[in-house]
Amino acid sequence: MAESVGVKEVKVIEGVTCPFCGVTCDDLVVHVENGKIKEVKNACVLGKDTFMHHLEGWATPRIQGKPATIDQCIDAAAEILAKAKYPLIYGLDSTELQAQRKSIELADLIGANIDHTSSVCHAPSLQAVQTVGISSCTVGEVKNRADLVIFWGCNPAEAHPRHPSRYSVTAKGLFTPKGKKDRMVIHVDVRPTPTARMADAFIQIKPNSDYEIFSALRALLKGHELDQAEVGGVAIDEWKTLLEKMKSSKFGILYWGMGLTMTRGKYLNIVALLTLTQELNRFTKFQAAPMRGHGNVVGMAQVLTWQTGFPFAVNMSRGYPRFNPGEYSVADLLAHGEVDAALILAADAIGNFPAKMAEHLRSIPMIAVDPKESETTKVATVVIPTAQAGIAAGGMAYRMDHIPLVMKKVVDSPYPSDREVLERIIAKVVAMKNGGNGAPVRAGGARG
Amino acid sequence: MGRSLKIVGGEVYDPANGVNGAVREICVQDGKIVESCTGAAEIIEARNLVVMPGGVDIHTHIASPAVNAARGFRPEDHRHGLMSKRPGIRSGVGFTVPSTFATGYLYTKMGYTTVMEAANAPIGVRHTHEELIDIPILDKGIYVLMGNNEFILKYLKAGEMEKVKRYVAWLIRSLKGYGIKLVNPGGVEQWKYGKDVESLDDKVYYFDVTPRQILKALSWANESLGLPHPIHLHANRLGIPNNYLTTLETMHALDGSRLHMAHIQFHSYGGENWGGFCSKAVEIAEYINAHPNVTTDIGQVVFGDATTITADGPWQYRLYKLSKNKWYNQDIEVETGCGIVPYVYREKNYVNAIQWAIGLELFLLIRDPWRVFLSTDHPNGGPFIFYPWIIKLLMDKTFRAEMLKRVHKRVLSDTTLPKLDREYTLSEIAIISRAGPARALGLQHKGHLGIGADADIAIYPKDDDREQMFEHPVCVIKDGETVLQEGEIVGSRDGKTLFVIPPEVGEMDPEFKTEFENYYTIEYENFPIDVEDIPNPEAIPAGAAR
Repeated sequence: MAESVGVKEVKVIEGVTCPFCGVTCDDLVVHVENGKIKEVKNACVLGKDTFMHHLEGWATPRIQGKPATIDQCIDAAAEILAKAKYPLIYGLDSTELQAQRKSIELADLIGANIDHTSSVCHAPSLQAVQTVGISSCTVGEVKNRADLVIFWGCNPAEAHPRHPSRYSVTAKGLFTPKGKKDRMVIHVDVRPTPTARMADAFIQIKPNSDYEIFSALRALLKGHELDQAEVGGVAIDEWKTLLEKMKSSKFGILYWGMGLTMTRGKYLNIVALLTLTQELNRFTKFQAAPMRGHGNVVGMAQVLTWQTGFPFAVNMSRGYPRFNPGEYSVADLLAHGEVDAALILAADAIGNFPAKMAEHLRSIPMIAVDPKESETTKVATVVIPTAQAGIAAGGMAYRMDHIPLVMKKVVDSPYPSDREVLERIIAKVVAMKNGGNGAPVRAGGARG
Repeated sequence: MGRSLKIVGGEVYDPANGVNGAVREICVQDGKIVESCTGAAEIIEARNLVVMPGGVDIHTHIASPAVNAARGFRPEDHRHGLMSKRPGIRSGVGFTVPSTFATGYLYTKMGYTTVMEAANAPIGVRHTHEELIDIPILDKGIYVLMGNNEFILKYLKAGEMEKVKRYVAWLIRSLKGYGIKLVNPGGVEQWKYGKDVESLDDKVYYFDVTPRQILKALSWANESLGLPHPIHLHANRLGIPNNYLTTLETMHALDGSRLHMAHIQFHSYGGENWGGFCSKAVEIAEYINAHPNVTTDIGQVVFGDATTITADGPWQYRLYKLSKNKWYNQDIEVETGCGIVPYVYREKNYVNAIQWAIGLELFLLIRDPWRVFLSTDHPNGGPFIFYPWIIKLLMDKTFRAEMLKRVHKRVLSDTTLPKLDREYTLSEIAIISRAGPARALGLQHKGHLGIGADADIAIYPKDDDREQMFEHPVCVIKDGETVLQEGEIVGSRDGKTLFVIPPEVGEMDPEFKTEFENYYTIEYENFPIDVEDIPNPEAIPAGAAR
């Protein structure tokens, strides 16, 4: 039977993983009609927006502001990168694992610096874990067991909207059958946020006092008495009460956010927090975890770690990976004006960085690979639009607790995926390095 | 058509086929060992060289969420072992927890071609497969952690053994796993509220089942599913003085069934406390000698830096308290735990020196080389790159005597090592590092050079310094292609992922999906891994039920 004009092609795709944040909900139901997303069920407002507005603001392929084909853009990008002496590859959060994997291969090939958005987000958390370790767990442990949940310097109500219902506040699990009734939730921050509304208690502290507070709590935990009447603007007795709640919980967890990583003290705040929560294990089960994740930033840290040994701020200029935050981290590379070309993939560097860093990026050849127009694509030398990972390109994303989940392709895109663009740039750079004759590189054979 | 080659003039050690140093010609075609090549074949001259099957590691930790966490939290480890990129070869770093590409190259540089990743939480197996893609050259398989799985505990509590079996088959099939791993059965579940089990008959909180029940149930499920490898067991009480009694009791509990005891060195300790710490290698070896159902790998201690990585959360907490080193803990919903603590084994520390001696005692006291395998429990006892050093210790009693002068003097008085004269032969080394592990894994096409075997071959120089010999193969061939020559990787290629297809024993119950989603945090449909997601899969069929 011939299909009559006007019959709608309707697809309902279940178990879709949301690419927006590190909660990585994998229960979305997406309705697609004639190749367009019509409805998204189960998603929070952030996730829903990501799907419903994915057609808006698409980038277009261009070189120095003039329209070009994707092929021309890829050639131009490869040329910039092959010629660069000290290039930077940066961004990489709002994409999927295979593209991230390829970005590191490219960095290895051209001896680039490679860094991702953790660098300006939770990198201090990673450094703190490198310093003292961490006592942590997957979110399902919190769902099944936690009877005390502390949100410190983070605001899941607005930043990770489904974290509370899926994992940490109202979620019902094996030993928490009554959900919220089986849990005490405490919010600590410098100002009340919407998260305070879901908490049983809110403790308002003075800005930049976190390190002092964690240190005081550690002292109290060890049985020392403190001279001060208050720490961080809160009476010692209130801290003693909090500590008693922590010690008497059966399973406690402290979630932290950028309120700790990007304020005074930075990674030392987290070192103090992690040491406190580790030491609480003398009394009960106590865990801590960062509220990670714009997009798949956790996946990038994972694959960078397994391929190079380091989670961020990696330099390949000597032919092997080196790690030095403060030298090879994006902020420092740009602020010192060191890099001479940049590939920015799946992130808006210009839109988010301070003026001085953005200024250096504007002054060098820059390639932007992104589904959408941004402050970065506006000024990039080469713009390569791609299919949005998790919507128009499949792949894999990591949840904030390092659990990998498959992202489905729900609609088509006229543009190639991030992975494909990187593969083609790599092939082109390899061909150029082989003398420009386009011959494929010999696998391994050439020794010495 | 693949490459044809003939390896001529070499002294061949192929113990699975009874070849013990005879000069034989080995013919290879299309990646397999053949009777003779049909056409013109490339000749590899091996006169005055030793030819062996590629090495097979039955127990190592090279890729998993836990291994990657260890990499990420030990940047200090990655100032060593720098490997530069070359055309076709990726860069890498690392000593106890090397990066993925480096891991593939380092194993190849010792003549190893097949390795088994020994501990994987089910929900993390998808990650492990992704890491394995980036470990070149080697063939790899994954053991799946089941000894503290809350579904299994629940089924056991209800006495539903058939459900245990079906669930085990479902896990292996869904995850493309190779075998069943147990780590401190029951103890890791206890750790989720900060406790451990003290004995085989302690009850696990809420589930009311004992380690003994878990061991027996999973051993029964493994054997009735006909899986090629027996249950792979990290027993209870690892690392603790006097744990040898638990070890003996564990082996006794599974008397008559196939059993692989992992890193048994860590389970052969006597003494009431750390002060009285001593060797019980004699007792353990005696039991194994008398019980042909048991195989074991040693988990030999190597002096220097190590990274301890294990699902045994409670033990890692103890080690963190003992060593005061940094501590990483990650409990995994429904399934298991994970702990990581850096550690340094010191020659002059009496506990470390006795641990070192116990490993060697076990190697030398267990008489049947087909049932004892070379491992350091990498990187728990030390990095795998020290296998050649261990081989030298086993083959050269003069070298052992030199080492005995260096280590803590309690080794002389408190272990039998100074009295042991045995020296391993080359054939015995070929057994403990290739033929034996392949046989225990049920890998019929690995670990030997008979017709039809995979053409995974290592060619070593003859050198009286056995460490030098095994550290510097002249040539390594993987699937018929030369991957290493004169010490350099010359042809990186992708290895295969070996996985077992268990028999059909029925679908999971309809209500399982609901239960799964009640306790996990992902959708039931999103849990299984498609075989299409694995680039080079090789299915190994299960055998008949035992």
